[in-house]
Amino acid sequence: MMGSSPDAITPHVEHDAIQVHRKIPHGMSDTLKPSLVRNAPRGLTIFGGSHIGRVREHNEDAWMALSLSNEASGNQTDVALLLLADGMGGHTSGDMASALAVRAAAVRVMQDVVLPFLSSEVAGTQHYALHETLVRSVETANAVVRHNVPQAGTTLTMALILGQRVYIAHVGDSRAYLLGKGSLRRITHDHSLAARLIETGQTIPEETSAHRNILYRAVGQRATIEVDTHTESFPDGSCLLLCSDGLWAKVSDAEIAEVLMNEPNAQAAVDKFIALANERGGDDNVTLILAVRNEA
Amino acid sequence: METLKLQSEQNERGKLANNTLPLGTVLQGRYQIIKVIGLGGMGAVYQVRDKHFQAAQRLCALKEMIINTNDLSKRRLAAQIFEREANILATLSHPSIPKIHDYFTQEDRYYLVLEFVEGMDLEAVLRAVRTPLPAERVVDWAVQICDVLTYLHHHDPPIVFRDLKPSNIMVRPSNRVALVDFGIARTINVGSKGTMIGTEGYSPPEQYRGVASPQGDIYALGATMHHLLTCRDPRLHPPFSFAEELPSRVNPSVSKDLEAAIMKALEYDPTARYASAEEMKEALLRCCVVSETLAPSSVPVRAPASVSDHSETVASSSQVQAGREAPVAMEQGIMPIWRFRCEDEVRSSPVVVDGVLYVGCYDHNLYALDAKTGKFLWKYATEGGIAATPCIWKDRVLFGSEDRFFYAVSVRTGRILWTCPTGGRIRSSARVELEHAFFGSDDRRLYAVNANNGQVVWQFEALEAIRSSPAIGDEMVYVGSEDYHLYAIDLQTGRQRWKFRTNRNVISSPLLCDGLVIFGSMDWNVYALDERSGWSVWRFRAGHVVVGSPRALDGVVYIGSADGYLYALELGNGRLIWKFNTGSQVVSTPAVTEQGVYVSTLGGDIISIDRKTGKERWRFSTGGPVPSSPCVCDATVYMGSNDHHVYALPA
Repeated sequence: MMGSSPDAITPHVEHDAIQVHRKIPHGMSDTLKPSLVRNAPRGLTIFGGSHIGRVREHNEDAWMALSLSNEASGNQTDVALLLLADGMGGHTSGDMASALAVRAAAVRVMQDVVLPFLSSEVAGTQHYALHETLVRSVETANAVVRHNVPQAGTTLTMALILGQRVYIAHVGDSRAYLLGKGSLRRITHDHSLAARLIETGQTIPEETSAHRNILYRAVGQRATIEVDTHTESFPDGSCLLLCSDGLWAKVSDAEIAEVLMNEPNAQAAVDKFIALANERGGDDNVTLILAVRNEA
Repeated sequence: METLKLQSEQNERGKLANNTLPLGTVLQGRYQIIKVIGLGGMGAVYQVRDKHFQAAQRLCALKEMIINTNDLSKRRLAAQIFEREANILATLSHPSIPKIHDYFTQEDRYYLVLEFVEGMDLEAVLRAVRTPLPAERVVDWAVQICDVLTYLHHHDPPIVFRDLKPSNIMVRPSNRVALVDFGIARTINVGSKGTMIGTEGYSPPEQYRGVASPQGDIYALGATMHHLLTCRDPRLHPPFSFAEELPSRVNPSVSKDLEAAIMKALEYDPTARYASAEEMKEALLRCCVVSETLAPSSVPVRAPASVSDHSETVASSSQVQAGREAPVAMEQGIMPIWRFRCEDEVRSSPVVVDGVLYVGCYDHNLYALDAKTGKFLWKYATEGGIAATPCIWKDRVLFGSEDRFFYAVSVRTGRILWTCPTGGRIRSSARVELEHAFFGSDDRRLYAVNANNGQVVWQFEALEAIRSSPAIGDEMVYVGSEDYHLYAIDLQTGRQRWKFRTNRNVISSPLLCDGLVIFGSMDWNVYALDERSGWSVWRFRAGHVVVGSPRALDGVVYIGSADGYLYALELGNGRLIWKFNTGSQVVSTPAVTEQGVYVSTLGGDIISIDRKTGKERWRFSTGGPVPSSPCVCDATVYMGSNDHHVYALPA
């Protein structure tokens, strides 16, 4: 075995341990946390909700959240998996696509990350980097959707929180936002024609905003799928939001930040987002998941 | 329910196939269907025989549009579009445009009777060959298309084709092309609600704003050429992303000039494209001629490593003679500000602090030079070569030598302050944090030494030599070993917190950035691990071993490999942003500034690369391999070379 205990071999005894002064305190001061974090239970907590809206006959969005806390040898580790999908395809195939994608990807991450995490071999023994595992899980979802509902497609945005980091995999135009240190950042990039037009410097008039809804990448579309991955640190006081376009099309990024900073608790924020989307037409399904970290 | 997916081509075909007319059907008592030759968006295209010409076998193409909607306004619109196409075609006369013979309506179906164009459309050609097509053929077709576009754009009123793509271009057996499909259904389907999947692929950005201009056709021709030359289907990639796959990279028959001509047609801004199809034709013809007569001359001119005498400083009288070389004028590029000659290879990487450059050398000396002038200040002689990079802490220089000792000498005088013996050669460079120096040795140990007095506080023992230089985090020290592992060691106690196994030696020194530990391995990968847990976050596979170390700036990681490339990777996911081929192995660590990335190679070059674009800014050649990593300070690049010199170059 590698990695033998150093003090068993070295002739030098630790006579003078190095004094470590932590540069960054681990916890965030409670006063700096947004209310919805401060008022959340200790640890990692997840809130979610979905609404059909006021126009559509089906809710084609799907979401799932799994969380696991483990305390051993005085160390607590949290693991959470959040998945959100927005299906498309007409009749009932859109909701089948989103539901299948979420479940297939979750199973894969459970097998490849969560179960190995529970077994003793954790660090340094993985066959794949976490990003590769997430990509494989989206690929699995892609194959399952293609096989079962070939007429349909879906977006898929998933976040795996492991310890102090969050890992995100993404296809389509659902979004992930991260609120930390008082500012909101969008982590994902929409795979839509509209997003590309903006990148090329085109200004899109409102009346042609139909382009917003044209995706150039989605789960279930082709045999191969390109998946975006990101990683961000997710320290105490952070808040992660996953949402379908039913939210961000109606509520601007600035308003999203305002709601997250001002609502008294996470459930109130979820309700507020759904209410805002419906007040403003409610012409699409709206779904969101919030994960907040509030350490002691 | 209201979201709908743009039907895949296959579904569309399946549906339409059930709706096609049976073979042998005679329409208008005249047109007998022989076979189906295509299935379009709105109906089939048939090959028909015109029975009016009993004696001759006169073949025509019969193009069908089926209107299967009960919405009256949509039906009216469809009929208008159909008539428009018929009327446009009737006014056109060009060898690359099929002639129209007739048009008629039958129940829900509208028909155009057109000249039958024998041959294959370019989409079918691509499907058949499945490899990039030769540039010569593609240019031949493109030039013909420029001709027909010129004709259309100069028509009165001007006609914008608006839907140029491989499937709308027919190639006859004579290699003459014809444009087909003048717009049935082009404006139909606009205004459908809900999310859809799939983009058109060949259309210019401004077309989505409703702008149709000759420059749009030029863009679509560029997109079509790109597809033919690369086999990269633009419908399967992010819209307008042609620059991500340059044709010359996958198709050796594409010259740089031809590539530039195509990419000009694909500019986002219509005014940056060709002003007209004639201009594009001329550009295409020009680069064809050039590529035949001239060999490509993109090989960078290498400047010999020589400078005039006066800029050379020498360490001692014994080195004066060796330092003289005939001055040779640089053909191109930059001149060193100064260079300094040592007595052996300079593999150590220089550091500059307070106007003084410190560097180790295989002549056993640690040198202190004036960074501005290269003037010799002092040197300290050890008993072995110095490969490690010196570390400056307070008033002292800390470094290890291959004589197995770790030294602390005074920055001002080079006078010895203390030494610390180890059991092996020291190639690892020290880092100082919390008043302690951390460094590895070939005796397999990582040492934590009190930087004030040289007393060892703890040692950590790996299974093989530690030549990687440690990185110090809040609570842990990270270092690689020849035993294939990257270790995270408790800063206070020297105990292992976690380890990560790669498949080969880890000589590369880890970099801590944004909670990640980034390093390379001789298993050809660059790894990013979570600094707390050691979980593997991402990895990037290079084309050979990675022994150099990463540097990061603005969310981008820069790292070289022995495959000759310097890679720029996204810190958050390890995705390649650009790679630069240095032409030789890279075993050093790049220096990164706001403007540029500086990388040295075993081919003997130091190369300055634009940080954003990954393009070469300048290159300077020394007289030997450069394993030494460059250091940039006050707009000057410093590095050593195995030609025994230390160089100072303007950054």
